[in-house]
Amino acid sequence: MSPLGLEEKMNRPADNTLRIALSDAGISRRDFLGFCATLAAAYALPASSVIVIAAALENASRTSVIWLSFQECTGCTESLTRSHTPTIEGLILEQVSLDYHHTLQAASGEAAERAREESMRANAGKYLLVVDGSVPLGNPGYSTIAGVSNFDMLMETAKGAAAVIAVGTCAAYGGLPAAQPNPTGAVPVSQLIKDKPVINVPGCPPIPVVITGVLAHFLTFGTLPELDGRGRPTIFYGESIHDRCYRRPSYDQGKFAESFDDEGARKGWCLFKLGCKGPVTHNACATTKWNNGVSFPIQSGHGCLGCAEPDFWDMGSFYKALSMPATPVRKAVAGAAAAGVGAGVAVAFANRAKKAAAKAAHETVKVEDLTKKP
Amino acid sequence: MSGLELLTWARGPGLVLAVGICIFGVILRLIEILALGRQADLASPRQNSTGSGWRTIFTRSLPPPGMLRRAPLTYLGGYVFHIGMAIAVFFFVPHIELFRGLLGLRWPGLPNPLVDIASIAAIIALLALLVGRLVDPVKRLLTNAGDWLAWALTFVPLITGYSAYHHLFENYTLTLAVHIVSVELLLVLLPFSKLFHVFSLFIARWYNGEISGRKGVAS
Repeated sequence: MSPLGLEEKMNRPADNTLRIALSDAGISRRDFLGFCATLAAAYALPASSVIVIAAALENASRTSVIWLSFQECTGCTESLTRSHTPTIEGLILEQVSLDYHHTLQAASGEAAERAREESMRANAGKYLLVVDGSVPLGNPGYSTIAGVSNFDMLMETAKGAAAVIAVGTCAAYGGLPAAQPNPTGAVPVSQLIKDKPVINVPGCPPIPVVITGVLAHFLTFGTLPELDGRGRPTIFYGESIHDRCYRRPSYDQGKFAESFDDEGARKGWCLFKLGCKGPVTHNACATTKWNNGVSFPIQSGHGCLGCAEPDFWDMGSFYKALSMPATPVRKAVAGAAAAGVGAGVAVAFANRAKKAAAKAAHETVKVEDLTKKP
Repeated sequence: MSGLELLTWARGPGLVLAVGICIFGVILRLIEILALGRQADLASPRQNSTGSGWRTIFTRSLPPPGMLRRAPLTYLGGYVFHIGMAIAVFFFVPHIELFRGLLGLRWPGLPNPLVDIASIAAIIALLALLVGRLVDPVKRLLTNAGDWLAWALTFVPLITGYSAYHHLFENYTLTLAVHIVSVELLLVLLPFSKLFHVFSLFIARWYNGEISGRKGVAS
């Protein structure tokens, strides 16, 4: 069986739905409803909506998804699909009819490209386009698929899409490929697609439930979730890691780990001094957590890298506190001090000269001068 | 420019620029002041004035008899503001981390609620001092643009720091960035504004104490 059962899916009857896929995978209805309840809670919907979401997802059939991977590391796909047992998130992705995903699909070469073209034709105006990875504008040859540049493929595929979901920090903000000096001229999807809704789901990688949360919203309501100014679903990116962090009280009490193996670290104190970027990072890690809610980076003892924020790679060292200088200042200080001494001495001489000139120009007033008539 | 971009700029090139200009300006002005010199006092000192200048540096921080009653706002406001500000600047842990990054020195910080109280006290004191300056006709007459500038340069970092810590605005990152930029503006203008008293105060007090001592005036 292929990782997502794509070959099996091809032979499936057309009315096949998530309900069957879930039972095939041995996922109980209880687990599935639990997942729906998580989504309902995330979207701040009433408990009654759980059944609506469940029904919509269960009966969702054939919303076509084309997944394009550009300058990326496949971490986003891994995040969504890799686990010991099939996850509900993975199955939903599968169920929404992943017509093209060059890592996951069985087909290759021309057959693979044909699948994309056929899907685009058959579902024109209705399919969801998921993109991970940034698009290089520097030279089309930096990244191509089947001889087509990333830019051309994106523009061609986006034309008939209902909406574009930029999954991962690379697609959402440029990410690592766009890190200074950005050798490939990498840009995010939102910089290129202006006539379609673009939903940014940043994170390196993004949390699986956040990716599926967006898809589930589309499947349940036929609309996209509310987005913030950066095109992110507010519901998942509305708060910072720091504000939701279970270590926040120790920040307020002034209890900090000074190194990764000191007493403070063992006691689970705040990792701010060790470079945690939680205060300026907006994501749901601290609430939804990872690996089915097991943990998240801070819980496992490492500060947040800020991976869901633009240019996180260029924010200075991962291990320097947020309030520390991001770039070295010593050289500039030495230079400024030397310049200050030079300028000070120059001004001092100028002042002396001025003083001497004033002294030389000084006329002594004599008694006769006072009695002189003008 | 987003909040994070501004923050990254403020933590990187902005900080380098601000600290550089500040150091440049402070050294320039110190040399300028010290090189001006004073005419030699040829008269013999009236009494043994040893240490008069050094003593004055401290005693001038205390109100002369009766003055506390006559100008309570000036003295108490001044104390509360300076002490509160010093606590906020030097004992808030993220600030200590900045000093560690800049100087390599570190010292223990205070719990955030204590720093918070100190900041609020400093903010209230600054506001009270501003009102006092506006209301008192003599002070208003003595005030010029340099005073308003010095007040604003000090107030903005305090209020933005407070806002950032308490998330008073939705965009925390931007508030934090504005806070850092406001401190950088303070650093840039410090050597060239009345805020230079941070350094010149000690020189002036020492000189006044020393020369008065030589002339027989108690310090």
